This record gives sequence, C-alpha cells and structure tokens, in this order.
Amino acid sequence: MPAIRNRRLRTLLAPPALLAATALVLTGCAGARAGEPADPEATTAAESCVDTSGDTIKVGFINSLSGTMAISETTVSRSLTMAAEEINAAGGVLDKQIEFVQEDGASDPATFAEKAEKLIQQDCVAAVFGGWTSASRKAMLPVFEANNSLLFYPVQYEGLEASENIYYSGATTNQQIVPALDYLVEQGAESLFLVGSDYVFPRTANKIITAYAEEHGIEILGEEYAPLGSTDFTTIANKVADSDADAVFNTLNGDSNVAFFAQYDSLGLDAETMPVMSVSIAEEEVPGVGLQYLEGQLVAWDYYQTVESPENEKFVSSFKAAYGDDAVTSDPMEAAYTSLYLWKNMVEAAESFATDDVNDAADGVTFDAPEGTVTVIGENNHITKTPRIGVINSEGLIDTVWETEEPVVPDPFLETYDWAEGIA
Amino acid sequence: MDGVISQLVAGVSIGSVLLFVALGLALTFGQMGVINMAHGEFIMAGAYTAWIMQNILGDAGLSLIVSIPVAFLVGGLLGVILEEVLLRRMYHRPLDTLLATFGVSLILQQAARSIFGAPNKEVRSPEWLAGSIELLGANIPVKRIFILVLLVIVVAALASLLTYTSLGRRIRAVVLNRDLAEATGISTRAIDRLTFFIGSGLAGIAGVALTLVGSTGPTLGTNYIVDAFLVVVIGGIGQIRGAILAAFALGIAQAFIEMGTTATWARFIVLILIVLFLQWKPQGMFVVRTRSLA
Amino acid sequence: MTAPTRLSPPVDLDRPRTRTMISPGIGIPTWRSLIIGLTLMAIALLVVAPALMSSFELNRLAKYVCFAIVAVGIGFAWGRGGMLTLGQGVFFGIGGYAMAMHMQLADAEFAGAAAPEFMMLYGSGEVPIWWEPFRSPVFTIVAVIVLPALLALALGYAIFSRKVKGAYFAILSQALVAAFGVLLIGNQATTGGFNGLSNFQSWFGYVLADPANKRMIYFIAAAVLLAMIFVAFLLMRSRFGELLVATRDAEERVRFLGYNPATVKVSAFVVAAVMAGIAGALFVPIVGIISPADIGVTPSIVFLIGVAAGGRASLFGPAIGAIAVAWAETSLSESFPDVWSYFQGLLLVLVIALLPGGVASLAGKIRTRKTAEGAAR
Repeated sequence: MPAIRNRRLRTLLAPPALLAATALVLTGCAGARAGEPADPEATTAAESCVDTSGDTIKVGFINSLSGTMAISETTVSRSLTMAAEEINAAGGVLDKQIEFVQEDGASDPATFAEKAEKLIQQDCVAAVFGGWTSASRKAMLPVFEANNSLLFYPVQYEGLEASENIYYSGATTNQQIVPALDYLVEQGAESLFLVGSDYVFPRTANKIITAYAEEHGIEILGEEYAPLGSTDFTTIANKVADSDADAVFNTLNGDSNVAFFAQYDSLGLDAETMPVMSVSIAEEEVPGVGLQYLEGQLVAWDYYQTVESPENEKFVSSFKAAYGDDAVTSDPMEAAYTSLYLWKNMVEAAESFATDDVNDAADGVTFDAPEGTVTVIGENNHITKTPRIGVINSEGLIDTVWETEEPVVPDPFLETYDWAEGIA
Repeated sequence: MDGVISQLVAGVSIGSVLLFVALGLALTFGQMGVINMAHGEFIMAGAYTAWIMQNILGDAGLSLIVSIPVAFLVGGLLGVILEEVLLRRMYHRPLDTLLATFGVSLILQQAARSIFGAPNKEVRSPEWLAGSIELLGANIPVKRIFILVLLVIVVAALASLLTYTSLGRRIRAVVLNRDLAEATGISTRAIDRLTFFIGSGLAGIAGVALTLVGSTGPTLGTNYIVDAFLVVVIGGIGQIRGAILAAFALGIAQAFIEMGTTATWARFIVLILIVLFLQWKPQGMFVVRTRSLA
Repeated sequence: MTAPTRLSPPVDLDRPRTRTMISPGIGIPTWRSLIIGLTLMAIALLVVAPALMSSFELNRLAKYVCFAIVAVGIGFAWGRGGMLTLGQGVFFGIGGYAMAMHMQLADAEFAGAAAPEFMMLYGSGEVPIWWEPFRSPVFTIVAVIVLPALLALALGYAIFSRKVKGAYFAILSQALVAAFGVLLIGNQATTGGFNGLSNFQSWFGYVLADPANKRMIYFIAAAVLLAMIFVAFLLMRSRFGELLVATRDAEERVRFLGYNPATVKVSAFVVAAVMAGIAGALFVPIVGIISPADIGVTPSIVFLIGVAAGGRASLFGPAIGAIAVAWAETSLSESFPDVWSYFQGLLLVLVIALLPGGVASLAGKIRTRKTAEGAAR
C-alpha cells in the first residue's frame, strides 16, 4: 500500500504528465494552419484512390434504409440498383461493369457524412448517389469538397446552393415551386394559405412564395409551421378553414401530411373549395397519407408514373417487374435513376472517371430520361427539367394537368427573377 | 369568444388522444412501477391490427369496430409476453425496466419495418365518420367525437372494473400495499400479469383510435411515448383520475398557447411548463400518501 | 438490563480496501487497476490505433472516443449515482453548438463574410448579439465547460431538491431533450434549424481538410478521454465518491446522517454534464456537423447502451463499452442494415436483464469465484 506522500505526489504529477505527453505528440502532428498557403504536397486528401484498372468501377449508393426517412428513401435505393443493373447489362460504363456499394444513412445527417467519407476513402468509389434531406446533403457537402469526389443528389430541394462536387438531378425551386405558383395564378387563385413543417425547405420555399405573391398581387392569408413529425393540426386546420383562402400551399413533410389532411377533410374542405398544392407528396406517399383525402388534390413535380413516353413505359414496367406490381415510380427515384445514367454519359464524354475531367465534360451532357430529355447545366450543376402540375386520381397515381412546353433551365439562386432579389 | 370555444374544443380533442395513449401506461406504471417504453409500440401494433382487419374485412366501418376488441387482445397478448419473458425478472429495478423496454421497442419497431415495410399504411376511415359537426360555434370533426366517445366508454369500463368487480378490488389492493395483499392470499403474480394485459390492451385500442387521426407506420409509437409518459408523471403515478386531468390540462394548454404563438413554440412552452409543474408538485397531481420512505 | 449488543462486527477503518471485499457496483478502483488500465488504453488509443488504421478509420475512432467521454460521465452519474439521465444529449448539444458557433464565426471572419453562410441564406445576414461572444476562442472553451455545468446546476437543484428521482427524473430528462430539440429546429435563422451547423473549414486556426490536423484532433480527443477517466477515478476514490454511492443505495440514511443528498447528486450530475459538453465540443471538428438529430432522445439513449454493456459502475467499462458498441454499430450496419436495430435492441435487453453490471461485472464474478475456490480448498 503506497504511502500517503507518494500518492499525493502521484495525484499532482499525473495530469501535468499527461498534458506534457499530449503536447509532445501534438507538436509533431500539427498540420496546415488556416491562412497559410496550403502545401500542395500536404493535402493528400484530394488524392483519389479510385481504381480504374480492372473490369469494374465502384460507385456508392447512400440512402436511409432505417429510421424515419426510410419510408421515402428505400425506393431510391431500388431505382439506383435497377439503373446499375441496366447499365451493366448494356455493357457498363467505359466498358467497365458497375459495382455498387450500398450504405445506410440511417436518417441521420452525421451518419450520411460518415458513410460518404467511408465510401470515398475506404471503398474508393468514383461517385456517390443519394441523400434526401437537405440536412444530409449539407452534412455531406464538405466531405465531397474536401475529397474532390462527386455526389449525385436526386431530391427536389430549396435551391440556393451550387457546388462543384454535387450534381443536382432533382428540381430546384424554379422548376417546382414557381411553376406551381404560375399554375395557381392561371387558375384564378388570388389568396393563399401557407402550411409547412418547421425546417429549412418550407421556410425557404415560403420566402420565395411570399416574394412571388407580392409581385403578382396574391394575398398571403396565413403562414403556419408545425414542428417536424407533429400530428396535431386542429388549430392550424381551423386557421386554414377560417381564412377562406383560394388555395393552400402545402410544404408539410412526412407524417404531418396525414394528420393535416385528415383534419382538413373533417372540416369539410376539399379540392373544389380549397385545393391544396403539395410538393412533398408523390406516388410513394399517397397510400400512407390516404387516398380518401388526396383524391383530386394538386401536386407539383417534374415526373409522374403516368407520363407518356416510350422511355417511361419501359422504366415503369422494368421497375414493376423487379419489385412487384404494386410498386410505383415517383419523381425522386426517377431522378436518381436518371442521375446514374447522366453520370455514365458524363464519364463517357470525358473518357475518364476523374472528378475534374467529369466536371469539365459535364456541361451539355444529355439523357433521354423517363421524364423527358434532360441536359446538364455546367454553370450550376443542375439539370433541365419539365415542371408538371398533377392531380391525384382515384387509383393513387397522378395525372398531369399542366406542363411547360419546354424544359426549364435551372436557376437555383433565382437570379433570372426580378421579384426574387434579396432572397439569395 | 368563438376562438376560445374552438380552442377549448381543440384542446379537449388533443387531450382525449393524449389520454388514450396514456391510460394503459398509467395502469402499468402505477400498478407495478414498470416503465414500459415499448408502450408506444403496443399502440403501433394496435394500429397495424386495424390495417390488417381492414384488409381482411374490406369495409372501413366494420373493420374499425371489429378492430377494437381484436387490438385489445393483440396489445394485451404482447404485454403479457413482455411481462412473462422480461419484466418478471426486473421488478425491483425500475430504471432498468425503462432501458430494457426501450430495447424491446427498438426490436418491435424494426420488426414492423421488416414485416410491413417502412412506408406508412393507409387505414381508411369509414364514411359515417366523415365531416364535422358544429357545436357552440366550433367545428368538431366527427372522428374526434368518435374518439372522445370511445374514450369515455373505455374509461367508464375501466373505472367500473376497478370499483365494482372483485378483480378490480384485488388490483387496487395490490397497488396500495403489495405485501399486505399477498398476505391476504391474493396472487400478486397473476394480478400483475392481468394488469399488464389490460394496460397493454388499452394501448392496442389507442392504436386503432389513432388510425383515424394520423398515419400508421413503424414510428407511430415514438411520436406519442414521451407525451404519454409526461401525462402519467403529471397525473401522479397510479392515479387514473390524475391521468385524466393531466391529459386534458395538457391538451387545452397546448391548444391555447398554440393560438397565441406558433405550434413550435407552443410545444416548447408546454414542455417547460411541465418541468415547472413538477417543481411545484414533484409527485404529480394526486399522490398516494404512504408512510414508507421510498 | 444487559449491555446493548453490537449490531454489527466492529469495523477497522484503516483496513486496506481491496476490490474483492465488496461486490461490483461499489468497488473502489485501485491505483494499480487505474495505471494498468490507463496504460493499456493509452497504448491502444495513442500508439496501436494510429499505426494500424487509415485516416478515415482513425477519424471514426475519434467519434467513438467522443461518445466514450460522454459515457464516462454517464457511468459516474448513473452507475455510481443511480441517476438515469436520458438527457445527456442536451449537454452534448450545448457543448457542440457552442464550438460550432465559434467555428462558423471564425470561418466567416476568415473568408471576409459578415456572417456565417446559413445566416446569410436563411436569416437576416447579421450575427445575433448572443452569438458575438463566441468569436473569442477563450470564451468558447470556457463556455463549453461552464454552460453545461450551469444548466446542470440549475436543473439539478430544481429537480433533486424536490426529491424527484428515479423514473420521474428519467422521463423529465427526456422531455427536456425534446424541448431543446424543438427550440433548435424552430430557430433556423440563428441555429441552423434542422440542418444544424456544418461545413466547417478550420478549428482554432487549423485547416480541417488536412489529414495531419485530423490526426491531431484524434490525439486530443484520446488524451481528453484518458484525462476524463482519470478524473472519474479521483472522484470515485474520494469521499464524495463514496457519498455518491451511499446516496444511490440508501438516500434516506444519508439524509439522516446529516448530508444533503441533493447536493451530492447535483454535483455528480454537473460532472456528467461537463463531460458531455466537452465531448460535444470535440465531436464538431471530428464529424463536421452538429444537428438536432445528434442530440435527440435516441442518441441520448444510445449513449446508455454502451455504458450498460461495459459496466456502468466500473471505471473503464463505460468508455470501452461505448467504443465497442459504436464500433459494432458501424460494422453491422454496413453489412446488415436491418439487423443492426435488432442487435441494438437485443443487446440492451440482454445486458440489462441478465448482466446489469455489464461486462465489467463478469470480471468481478470470475475473481470472486476464484477467491471462493481458493478459500474452499
């Protein structure tokens, strides 16, 4: 049993000893400081470990297969898988077969970032496809920029972003929200009530809607936010009903839609008296929300299963063959499918898998997607899309009631719209 | 005045949902000090039962009515299994039951995902529940009235069970003084199992009721579990009438605060109010006064 | 009247306290076990891991080390103090957001912008008053330690002095986490909302993208973990530590002896909170993002799984358990994404039900059995 003196000595010495050891270790390990010109040799993170020597090329799929977002993201994983298999059957990319690594983002942004880093640094993938919430994308952004790799993000989002290392195959605001507003105006709406979940996308969307409304003389009779995952809309639905607005612009997410529509319906509102324009409900979500509430309601996307084109027919039948007759196709998973093909076309245009080469060759690359022919706009890494306003029909599918004549060029910062000055 | 009435009505309907999810919990928590974090998943099981019934029977109205007793049985059965397999070993460790049942809830959630798939399921509500009624100047959806009526029936049944039947007397005896009850020959094991059965069965019924107002999916339980616990804690452990009061108080508070600010702030404020309330009455509204020091 | 009989054998207060004398759960760790354990951990974390692992794996280990720091605090408060806190996420979040705010401001200053990017996008473009103090690195470091401590102090006194304990406390802490999450999400313009704060370029002047710096941060985290274990050790061995265990096991008797159990519990709660705050602050440069998803109810409970599995009342159990469980999560979720949830739930159930003392108690049981065998021979 050590004597008291030694014990006290030990207690006193231990923390400084630990600190000293740490300091020694640290001085040897410190890297670049901010503000110093980066030593080109030192930043080895930019070195890609992608192996292009063999017959296969690795890519990564990152989707939430567990957690709350699994509801929406599982189908994206499926369409990506189907696209990879199709491409392989047709000969692959630059004669290499695609070997994909599927990772689970677990509905958690930090996990997305971590898995993305794993895919890039450990699995050495040439590109990653996926992400869903803006939180997951923003978490992954620094990873892709630091490693100079590529992410293909398939979901409609709130815009105000453009990165060298991300290709956005989902709609930005001027390809979804603005056309939706144009449609409502065309239909004679003079007042709107805005309902959304309390997070980035609805708040940003509503900022845009408010600016648009000011310009076009539409009255915003209310702007209400419910906490994410909230299922109580008694008050909000009452406010909506009392406002007597011409239409409701709905940016609610997930489960909240069910509760909102249930409440809206029981107050006697319907698509004739006060139509609801939703931007987060696609074919995949319709059964979950309830066809009884949604029939006749409006949605704004760029693709529906009912789009008539030979590419789409083939797409839908292949998907049903692979995943069952009850499987439905929707905008985000179609955008994901398209993104894999776009990547293939970009790589073949560049004749290389390296990120910088792909970026140089990307501008103008096209693909005949189920949604129509899309073109990559190199200036902001988004693609042209055709906004379509749809009505939910009695089978739970969506019929197009309005679409633009030409695909719309993406403008994530809304620079081409005067009324949007001050938002970006 | 109109706004006040409609918010009051809104508060009552929020409260009725809260009470539904908390009732079973009040029983099990109060009865045995068992904190069942899987209670939310029993609710989820009840909701899925409603969906299955609807798929089998087709008609929304019939399946709704039939689901109620079936969900009661399903929930109760799950509860008894949980009790038999797990909780039996842990009665003297309440905090550990909380964690263990949280583990069970994770398993049940994933099981739901594996069996039914991650996307939500549609449970259609019957025609005769559509629309709303005008009462005192406020619009009350018929569905919510149905839930309230169902709740009243369930609470009345529970209350009469506890007050008038010999089984109820035995349950109350075990809650008040377990050792003495055992000494008078009551099999506390059997009573515990039965109470758990009833409490979990009530969760099942709550699940059926929830299909009318929300979506049916694997994460249904997680949406309500925290609120359910708060209701029980505020009401006082083991006090059914406490749970009733607490649920409606919370519902009305939420509705009124929401009128003044946004829903987000309302939720935050209500949570803070609960913390403050527990400062004032840490044992909840109604306390069973005992001489024991525990 | 006979002389009152002794109710218990006389106790020799100067007797050496060895582990085998007392059952696991109140065993006081010895200096020997500390030195052996710390040395082994130091070798594993500071020498073996950096040598064998790629920079990506090392960064992931750094994340686990952060969780381990939270776990040490939880082990202290829960294992030794009996306070099942489901709300460590709040303190983790406070530390994390404090650090994140500083980093965002530093990045903005460096880039010459008026305000962090997300404020330009979603807010007014101006930095709110309550963000300003976080420009200073010193204030930030102090805040990371002091803010969680203050909140824990306030909450602790409020809760424990009213004798709220056990189940109530657990549920209350859950409600607080929920409230905090709601607060963060609802204030997108100033807290980043649901997206959280991310896209950091530098940490106290060191460029984050540089792998050498990431390595350095790993070493800092590992060193902090070792230091925290040491602090926990000192606390466990002190009078306060014994008092804490006594409060856990027999609170009323402690009160009758003249101590105020509330003070004891609050102190332990503060210790756990500070550790969680420090872990949160380290988490940000390592993972690169802090969002409400990282501080919610589920992560808070996941911290507990590791502690429970490792042995909540032991010294090294919580830390090692947390690292092991987090590691298992990543490996299993990569290979079998569905199975991971089952595994998580099952692990929790089995450990709690069958082995409440965690893996650490196994070691104790083996030793007592050997001693018994030895004595029997």
